[in-house]
Amino acid sequence: MATVIVVTSGKGGVGKTTTSAAIATGLAQRGKKTVVIDFDVGLRNLDLIMGVERRVVFDFINVINDGIRLNQALIKDKRVDNLFILPTSQTKDKDALTHEGVEKVLDELRQEFDYIVCDSPAGIERGAQLALYFADEAVVVTNPEVSSVRDSDRILGILNSRSRRAERGEAAVKQHLLLTRYDLERVARGEMLKLDDVLDILAIPVLGVIPQDDMVLQASNIGTPIILDERSIAGQAYRDSVSRLLGETLELRYVAPQKRGFMSWLRGRSA
Amino acid sequence: MKLFDLFRRSRETTSANAAKQRLQVLLTLERSAMTGPDFLPLMQRELLDVIKKYVEIDDGKVKVEFERDQSMSMLAVNIELPPDMLGKPV
Repeated sequence: MATVIVVTSGKGGVGKTTTSAAIATGLAQRGKKTVVIDFDVGLRNLDLIMGVERRVVFDFINVINDGIRLNQALIKDKRVDNLFILPTSQTKDKDALTHEGVEKVLDELRQEFDYIVCDSPAGIERGAQLALYFADEAVVVTNPEVSSVRDSDRILGILNSRSRRAERGEAAVKQHLLLTRYDLERVARGEMLKLDDVLDILAIPVLGVIPQDDMVLQASNIGTPIILDERSIAGQAYRDSVSRLLGETLELRYVAPQKRGFMSWLRGRSA
Repeated sequence: MKLFDLFRRSRETTSANAAKQRLQVLLTLERSAMTGPDFLPLMQRELLDVIKKYVEIDDGKVKVEFERDQSMSMLAVNIELPPDMLGKPV
């Protein structure tokens, strides 16, 4: 039975697509047959982050509206076995995604895949609501910053009230906090909300803390999911997060300024 | 002693702490507005109306604070009254 995971946040620019690409790739690396779907119709970017932009022929919208078969639209990743990408289109038609269409595609994917990762658009409009509606689990991507935390809280409210699980009175969508762009030095100086602050406020279990890492930008430049960069600290933190998603218990890394010398070690690793 | 106080104050007034406090107050109100009856803002207004029946108060002198920890939540409504409302202090 497939698990549908939505990667969501409310606020834009916090790292949803980076996270979707990393988590989907990580799950596939762990032997799970995984598809990652771009729900951001009109502003597609997942294809670019995954480095498959030149291989897109048909997309999610074609499958829903134009009678194209899923197999024609799914792009098989060339780096990692078991990984597929379903890009979206750049249409301006806001109603291209329909409730019935999304449901039908997900039902078909459920037959074949272990994990279906839904990369949500920003906001709380139709696209974001459709991306989370069918979810079994939610990864709420949050930056340690007031507007992002507020928007995450709003999204948690929507997951609890307007997802299919909520409407049917089933077990709630399993929620995970993923704190991204975490800057230990600024946390130590009292300039940035720390993990415990965000946990106090949002009150959901933490899946991982992704440290601020310049390598994330560089990975996107070349279309490689950051989790494939084995030396980057963000990539390591994403690998830990994937393990936790699979039920393993791992200690959080990069969350506390530890002994002297640790910071310089950290900088050395990310350089 | 002085140095200790200084240290403690600077810790309490970091911008990260300000962010946390602002979020806690704001999200309490937003959550209660989104789920179930939004009695909190209404209650706050009605409380003020009742008090205004008896005492003249300045809306700017009303502070609403929310605090929360693991075991309990506390809503504190702090209203500064005019100094002469009960006559001279004893």
